[in-house]
Amino acid sequence: MPTIPADVLSVAQLARLHIDDTALDDVTDRFGRTLNLVAELEKIDTDGVVPMSNPHDMHQRLRPDCVTESNQREALQQAAPAVADGFFLVPRVID
Amino acid sequence: MSLESLTYATASELSSALHTGKISAVELTEACLNAIATHNSEVNAVITLCEDAAIAEAKAADLQLHNGSAGPLTGVPLLHKDIFCTRNVPTTCASKMLRNFIPPYDATVVSRLRTAGTVMLGKTNMDEFAMGSSTETSVFGVTRNPWDLNCVPGGSSGGAAAAVAAGFAPLSTGTDTGGSIRQPASLCGITGLKPTYGRVSRLGIIAFASSLDQAGPMTRTVEDAALMLQAMSGIDAGDSTSADLEVPDFSAGLNQPVAGLRIGVPKEYFNHNLDEQVAKKIHEALDELVKEGAELVDIELPHTEQGIATYYIIAPAEASTNLSRYDGVRFGHRCENPENLNDLYERSRSEGFGEEVQRRILVGTYALSAGFYDAYFKKAQQVRRLISEDFKKAFEHCDVIAGPAAPGTAFPLGAKSDDPLAMYLEDIYTLSVNLAGLPGLSVPAGLINGMPVGLQLIGRAFDETTLLRMGHRFQLRTKHHLARPTMAGANQ
Repeated sequence: MPTIPADVLSVAQLARLHIDDTALDDVTDRFGRTLNLVAELEKIDTDGVVPMSNPHDMHQRLRPDCVTESNQREALQQAAPAVADGFFLVPRVID
Repeated sequence: MSLESLTYATASELSSALHTGKISAVELTEACLNAIATHNSEVNAVITLCEDAAIAEAKAADLQLHNGSAGPLTGVPLLHKDIFCTRNVPTTCASKMLRNFIPPYDATVVSRLRTAGTVMLGKTNMDEFAMGSSTETSVFGVTRNPWDLNCVPGGSSGGAAAAVAAGFAPLSTGTDTGGSIRQPASLCGITGLKPTYGRVSRLGIIAFASSLDQAGPMTRTVEDAALMLQAMSGIDAGDSTSADLEVPDFSAGLNQPVAGLRIGVPKEYFNHNLDEQVAKKIHEALDELVKEGAELVDIELPHTEQGIATYYIIAPAEASTNLSRYDGVRFGHRCENPENLNDLYERSRSEGFGEEVQRRILVGTYALSAGFYDAYFKKAQQVRRLISEDFKKAFEHCDVIAGPAAPGTAFPLGAKSDDPLAMYLEDIYTLSVNLAGLPGLSVPAGLINGMPVGLQLIGRAFDETTLLRMGHRFQLRTKHHLARPTMAGANQ
């Protein structure tokens, strides 16, 4: 059970979250308490129980594989933090 | 009808007044905007106001009312929870992450209610990304309960509930992933309905937990909830989980009697987790339904307690996946001067998300990670099926299940902020309903020390009709839904 800071940092890295050193102990404590809460499920016998991912066990519909949306690049990029020439700008990845 | 009384009328009453020409949609909209201007600084229920657009929509509604093309909701003002995408109107989810996000499209719920002729006044406050039960995690600050400004309104749809309770609008939309319509409805003394999963399209609702989220009406009466649900419901090609089922006429059956219907009363809903005075109010409410001819039946929902653990694995797991889209690249908050791509991701997300959201992302990521998936996520999905089976067995003996919507009345601001686990218990009577995908309704059931209590009615999948019928009969018999907070009373 990852209730030590190193384990929390490992999960944070997977989640792409940065945890300040000053907050690490507090985050670890609350994370551990949440895991303790959910650990009570261990006591329940679920042998042979089929996992339920959808409340009605429904199958999601498929639609015909055809274009339904028109190009709205300008409208969609209005919400972007940084764009140029129709592209989303990110920091340089390869020097 | 005086301008002041307009802000406390029901949508049904207002519809009648609009259609008979006693008031205009513009007068009604101005009355609501005036109520918001007078009291929102105290309550902080509304975080975006659309005054000019609302007046323009009201003028269009008046034209429809004059030319005979108006429907039952034409000209009726409403507020949307700030989780629904609204074209050209900020949609923030009460998060720094989306503080400057302006969607290029409307959620299906928004467009359907727009088509029905409603007038959008603005957007309501909520817990950040709908993760909370008190509306205290919003980047816009806390919303206060109109019944006691020192108390929370519940959450996550706390702004919506407080707005209806304070007389800002007769209708508001909410979303409910684990109780976020019913719990604030209970704490603010209004009517709130979480429909069956699949009844209402989720297209354009900012996703929290996709197998649990559902939108619903928050209103003064069950009659209004039926009207609003009618406009919101139905299959949507844009949401492959919306149900391909005919939508019944929800208003048509409201006046049918409830005599002979069996109400299941689960013993697990009346244990040590429930405030004794709330339990007394719920039993008094059930007695009223018995006087209407309904029959009480003892039932069991044995996995109720495990609902919390199950929910707090499944919801964070789905949330961690859904919220991975916020990477600071295409939209949302971006950190200053990122050193590299990974730095951009990590700092944008850590600066943009609040503490509770980050906590749930961590738990969800952990539950889905290699080595822990079977022990946590798969296990929770198995217990979810047991919970769903509990309901199915119970409904072999009853038509509706009844109990409290929340374990207590509204609690003081800050009382549970430092204890997430205590906050999670707020939803103990509601979240199993989401896990099973069933409809749930909260209706006012009286006051304790001046604070509202909600009776929760739970129905079979896609049987909102029976819930609404029972809720309406309860409101015809009792007057709890007519009680108003003193703060808003000054508005009369």
